[in-house]
Amino acid sequence: MSFKYINKKINKIDLQEKVTGKAEYGADLEFENMLYACTVYSEYPHAEIVEINTAEAEAVAGVLAVLTAEDVPGENQLFGHFRVLTGDKVRYPGDGVALVVAENRQAAWEGQQAVSVEYNPLPVVETIDDALAEDAPVIHAEHPDNVALNSRHNLRKGDVKKGMAEADKIIERTYQTQFVEHAYLEPEAVVAVPDYGGERMTVYGSIQNPFYVRDHTAGALGWALNQVTIEQSVIGGTFGGKDEVASRLSARAAVAAQKFNRPVKIVLSREESMLESSKRHPYRFNYKVGLKEDGEIVAMETEVIAQSGGYNKQSQFTNWRCVIHTTGPYALDHIKTSVKGVYTNTIYGGAMRGFSSPQNIFAIESLMDELAEEMDMDPVEFRLKNVLRPGDTTPSSQPLGEEIPAPLAEMIEEVVEKTDFHQKREKYSQQEGEICKGIGLAVSFRGAGLGGEALDATGALLSIQGDGSVNLITGLSENGQGLKTAHAQIAAETLGIDIGRINYPNVNTAIIPDGGPTVASRGAMIGGRAVKMAADKVKKKMLDLAGELLEEKPENLLLENERIFKKDNIEQGISYEKLVQEAKAVGVLLTELAWFNPGPARLNHDNNQGEAFPTYAWAAVVAEVLVDQGTGMVEVEKLTAAHDVGTAINIDAVLGQIYGGIAMGQGMGVLEEVVTEEGKVETLNLDEYLIPTALDVPEMEAIIVETADEYGPYGAKSLGEAACEVHPAAIANAVAQASGRRLRELPCNLERVKLGRMLSRKDGK
Amino acid sequence: MKEIEVNLTINHKKVSRTVPANWRLLDLLREGFSLTGCKEGCGVGECGACTVLLAGEPVNSCLVLVGQAEGKEVLTIEGLTAANKEEELHPLQQAFIEKGAIQCGYCTPGMVLSSLALLRRNAEPGVKEIKEAISGNLCRCTGYKQIVEAVQLAADWLKEDGDYIE
Ligand code: FES
Ligand code: FES
Repeated sequence: MSFKYINKKINKIDLQEKVTGKAEYGADLEFENMLYACTVYSEYPHAEIVEINTAEAEAVAGVLAVLTAEDVPGENQLFGHFRVLTGDKVRYPGDGVALVVAENRQAAWEGQQAVSVEYNPLPVVETIDDALAEDAPVIHAEHPDNVALNSRHNLRKGDVKKGMAEADKIIERTYQTQFVEHAYLEPEAVVAVPDYGGERMTVYGSIQNPFYVRDHTAGALGWALNQVTIEQSVIGGTFGGKDEVASRLSARAAVAAQKFNRPVKIVLSREESMLESSKRHPYRFNYKVGLKEDGEIVAMETEVIAQSGGYNKQSQFTNWRCVIHTTGPYALDHIKTSVKGVYTNTIYGGAMRGFSSPQNIFAIESLMDELAEEMDMDPVEFRLKNVLRPGDTTPSSQPLGEEIPAPLAEMIEEVVEKTDFHQKREKYSQQEGEICKGIGLAVSFRGAGLGGEALDATGALLSIQGDGSVNLITGLSENGQGLKTAHAQIAAETLGIDIGRINYPNVNTAIIPDGGPTVASRGAMIGGRAVKMAADKVKKKMLDLAGELLEEKPENLLLENERIFKKDNIEQGISYEKLVQEAKAVGVLLTELAWFNPGPARLNHDNNQGEAFPTYAWAAVVAEVLVDQGTGMVEVEKLTAAHDVGTAINIDAVLGQIYGGIAMGQGMGVLEEVVTEEGKVETLNLDEYLIPTALDVPEMEAIIVETADEYGPYGAKSLGEAACEVHPAAIANAVAQASGRRLRELPCNLERVKLGRMLSRKDGK
Repeated sequence: MKEIEVNLTINHKKVSRTVPANWRLLDLLREGFSLTGCKEGCGVGECGACTVLLAGEPVNSCLVLVGQAEGKEVLTIEGLTAANKEEELHPLQQAFIEKGAIQCGYCTPGMVLSSLALLRRNAEPGVKEIKEAISGNLCRCTGYKQIVEAVQLAADWLKEDGDYIE
């Protein structure tokens, strides 16, 4: 089948405004009579609030009020126990204690400095082990064991005891990852604007998931959902992050806006953003593996613990994704995996591009290399022996090969060949001296969409106007990933019209029904399906009408290049615009709201056996690095990434995801770590928290693998997260070869590489 | 707060304004003149989102106090669009679109201006020189590859077209 818009390089439809500086981000919005607000953050990781002294702040010229928990008229608790403003105690250093509302930015900031809070410090839970210690301080009274809300998940396949008993060799390993900051370039900003005499509120801003934010904001005000509208601004990156923080900022701004009946704006500084917003959870994996002499893995038993932080909404979901993928894309008969999350008095874990997978893949793929070494096998050969292939079943026992393609073995072979993996590996194993190269492989599979995590339903509204121009909107958001363009391509392709006709506004919760969050790389696959359904329904109406006009059965008509014509007589037809006019004249409504609803996943949530995901996206990555053992410096020289994308809807956007994913994965692999000291965050700006610059990023090679996967629209499937999740693991494996030592923690930065060396020197002596 | 009067040229127009003396050039552009294409990402000179050309040179406008801009010429992304009247977009902007070098777009105005300064002094930059020129502009979305390609493409177009840079 040949397409006009699908599987092509199409310029994105929202770039003109971005390249000219006209795109309006949250901080760019101005309203008449607008107030500014600043949050007063906790100075302690864990403490009771004794008193909040606001008099001095209220005396600052321009300060109108200092609001505290008592001023929240509705529900002060958001999902995951987060507070709009905390009242009784603080649970992490970014907890919001009070809100200073002022006439201008400067006054709000001065007021923020002038609020003094008296605390009664409590013992601090800093680490996973602290949290699980017998007499550990309790962070949330509702959770005396410090285990995060609904965060326990188990997977049981086969009989792990029996499997271990059959094994010739049993190997145990532990891996641990770090807190990683999203570092979207745009710090959070919201403006709450009251209207209709104070009975309605519209909140604008950098908000990834407008419906969550709407629900929380209405809750905080004690209002009905339809009294609050969220209208998303252009978002300067989010990667999962503008979620909990967006809810809190929106609720705070709305509470202040309601009180003064004036618009209230909150813009975070970078320091505030890094302090208050979520991070990628640290995870610890304890693996126990049973193997046969020939390298076949027979059983795996794993205990996984996520560090959830002071509050947490996401561990319950990241952990579910994790439990499905803990043992990686390998064919195993016997699996026992147990996952949980624990509260600590630290910054908290949330959604960040991958949603547990970058941590998980680092662990399982480091393990695979270590197992290969133990079994005296080549890492490629070892993987090919165990990898999931058509005919196998996934950890949740889903069969592969028929509906769900399983191309990983071929992908491994392709990426290994393209990178001269074996020759290089052999050559590098002969190296001597301080500066050495290394090459490493890592692979993955990723359940596409939400799967069994939550109902994966969403809607799209497509409306053809009287002149043939089109409005298209979904409940999902454009975060820069190219969602609007991909959806517009799908609509234009289906309707046979010019893509330039399509206008795609940002999410507005008053216009489109709640279609769930823009997460889980579901934009193209799930959102695209709703768009396709809406376009198909409109198309059917057009063909029916054209059939009447042309006196032909609709099934004998084609809609292409803005014309509807007879299949067997191209000359006989009617133009798209003419048909639209005709529809208007006779009262045929060319507007459809489509709702894609796959229904709840058929999955047993007790043992996580069943249809965990509708399909999977596969990846294989090779990293090439240079390590200076003297200084500990790690340079990532090249990353080659092969991704199974089903069908690439937009080639440039696919490449953009892959390249951007490489840079973000590299950051997690070698550079990035939010450093905390006694619960306090030390890395609060981009001078201390380093992300890759143009000079740091490696040479990049993308291999786009297309498979026939029927689930998504035109065969599209998930990519955004898959594009970033494998690199830390591949880099760690390459560093292990170059340095001759295995780092079981991330990032592989100067200190760790050097420390690893020092320790092993000590060991050697 | 003490106020001062600043006189400068912004996007080819002479302007003057009395503003708080502690304002940064970034504040003057965004709040004083609603030139919000100039973004704040860090406030400490690390991200480059606030890049503008000051007397032709790229600067982080979050590190420049308004007083330091007195009498100088400032070019922001809004000025670049307007300066090129026959075509809607400057070739650099067109190239960024063509190469898919924009995702969230928050780094884009700064990236384009840093690249413009490069092309003005070096019409045929290599990959290394392009990377150096944009190394003060962070991008969290793209991995920089398509941005580098966009600058190369713009350089090629501009060579064909001859004299382009105003
Ligand atoms: S805001 Fe000026 S460099 Fe980041
Ligand atoms: S495109 Fe998002 S920061 Fe560069």
